[in-house]
Amino acid sequence: MAAPQRLFDIRRVIGGLFLVYGLILTVTGLFDSAQEIQKAEGIRINLWTGIAMLVVGGAFLLWERLRPSDGPAPSDEEE
Amino acid sequence: MPDAQLLAAQDLRLDVNVLDYVILALYFLVVLGIGFAAKRAVRTSLDFFLSGRALPAWITGLAFMSANLGATEVLGMAANGAQYGAMTLHYYWIGAVPAMVFLGIVMMPFYYRSKVHSVPEFMRRRFNGATQLLNAGTFAVAQILIAGINLYALALIMDAMLGWPLWLSIIVSAAIVLAYITLGGLSSAIYNEVMQFFVIVAGLVPVVIIGLTRVGGFSGLGEKVKQSVLGEGGLHTWAHTAGTDNPLNANWIGLVFGLGFVLSFGYWTTNFAEVQRALSARNTNAARLTPIVAAYPKLVIPIVTVIPGLVAVVLFGNLGKDGGPTYNEAIPLLMNEFLPNGVLGVAVTGLLASFMAGMAANISGFNTVFTQDIWKAHINGDHPDEWYVRLGRIATVVGVLAGIGTAFIAAGFGNIMNYLQSLFSFFNAPLFATFIIGLFWRRMTAWAGFWGLLTGTVCAFASYILYKAGVFDFGTELNASFWGAGIAFVVDAIVSVVVTLATTPKPESELRGLVYGLSDASVADDALAGDTAWYRSPVILGAGAVVLAAAFYLPFL
Repeated sequence: MAAPQRLFDIRRVIGGLFLVYGLILTVTGLFDSAQEIQKAEGIRINLWTGIAMLVVGGAFLLWERLRPSDGPAPSDEEE
Repeated sequence: MPDAQLLAAQDLRLDVNVLDYVILALYFLVVLGIGFAAKRAVRTSLDFFLSGRALPAWITGLAFMSANLGATEVLGMAANGAQYGAMTLHYYWIGAVPAMVFLGIVMMPFYYRSKVHSVPEFMRRRFNGATQLLNAGTFAVAQILIAGINLYALALIMDAMLGWPLWLSIIVSAAIVLAYITLGGLSSAIYNEVMQFFVIVAGLVPVVIIGLTRVGGFSGLGEKVKQSVLGEGGLHTWAHTAGTDNPLNANWIGLVFGLGFVLSFGYWTTNFAEVQRALSARNTNAARLTPIVAAYPKLVIPIVTVIPGLVAVVLFGNLGKDGGPTYNEAIPLLMNEFLPNGVLGVAVTGLLASFMAGMAANISGFNTVFTQDIWKAHINGDHPDEWYVRLGRIATVVGVLAGIGTAFIAAGFGNIMNYLQSLFSFFNAPLFATFIIGLFWRRMTAWAGFWGLLTGTVCAFASYILYKAGVFDFGTELNASFWGAGIAFVVDAIVSVVVTLATTPKPESELRGLVYGLSDASVADDALAGDTAWYRSPVILGAGAVVLAAAFYLPFL
């Protein structure tokens, strides 16, 4: 029985998605126009959200790297 | 009434551009990728329905909470925040959290160790086949109605983005949800649920930050709420609950007994769409930890739901008024007001993903119960395993099609949370009564289970109809659902006791592992190394969550 988490770890999926989103937002944030910044009450929201997502994405990937599988594999008693 | 709804929805138009669509498209590429990968891993019906019982507590815990963070939470709780103010916090701190902890500590061992597929199957083993069928039937109906709410909310966002008519948005949304659940069953639904949770938080946090900046921080928000239609009452949770002079028109008995005890315990402990998440955990301890792990994020979810609701009521004076936007639109309005392209794409993706996850949870709950508890248990149980996996897929299609129909019912309610709570009072409150009495009173008989459940459900429904007809005066729709739940519980309990005294109980040998105090010695201990650590103790973690919930009330008494 192939347990789903052996196939693809959710931490890797979330980490990867957040890194890509973070990159897109950070780059967008760097080039945001004054009008866009004003819309967000003067906060460079794309830039900050992008950086935060990069950090969160990195943290997920690091977690996955440091603890690859969460405890021993379950018994296959159902088989 | 639905006409006013559709007109109001068309006023809101999100200014999305290519960047936002790229972010949205990326998400769905990943979602479909997971669906395909999960499909290859699905071999047996156990895999399809319960993810092979192989997941650790942190995945099932997040999935447990994310299954609930659909339309109900995001639009509904923001709508409640705008309509009722800080009293909405009761849903989280006296409602959800204690119930989730109770589920983990007390009830989960019975569910998990009896190796049932579903709550109705548990009802069959504790009571009889008729009780199972009744429970499965009402559950299936409830899931389809709730799927309609999620679908409607999803369509509302698509409508705001693309300007499509609501009916087209509903049909397209349904097609997308269908594509993604049929691919991988519960595995893909669970993985997507966890992902959408993080994306929606990433999209809502900027809304909260900018919103608070606009209104002058927490103190500014407080000041402005006092001057808004909500007034001083909008900032308090327990003040004036001795009477009904508060935004909810609910007194503390309704709050504690109706919402806190019956409605929330009923929802969290017997709602199979939720419990199913814990059943896919890898052992008893992980299953018990599932709702408790979920209780911690649940404590702080109001930051991204209730606060935006309050900001919206301050900024949009016509919210919820005749001719203005409905309360349901509080969050999309704020997104439109504050978010530049980019973050807007993340927020839209999070919302769309959230409703899909919510609907997927309803549909996967529906197809499990339909296949296992209605078809296999009562119509024909002699087919090979693959046959039921296929029937599950057909049930999914039927469920989504039926959800399209119920989405139009949901469209008729200005506050979808109120509609949802009414449904819970019909279906979950009596189930909880039957379940809890059956668990702690071993003499309770099989037919007491059936008749208690039936009369409880009918009475909750009757009280709602009488409220609608103006016979009962509960003040608000929400308060009506608290009382409906309370009435259902009491009637169910009385009928259960009366029927029990008139019928013969089941022998103890048939109740082993199903009632409190009669454990099943034949079930092996499945603890893993490390389960004895304090940070894996359901009791310690559960107590921590309840204490935090109580502490969080202090600034909002």
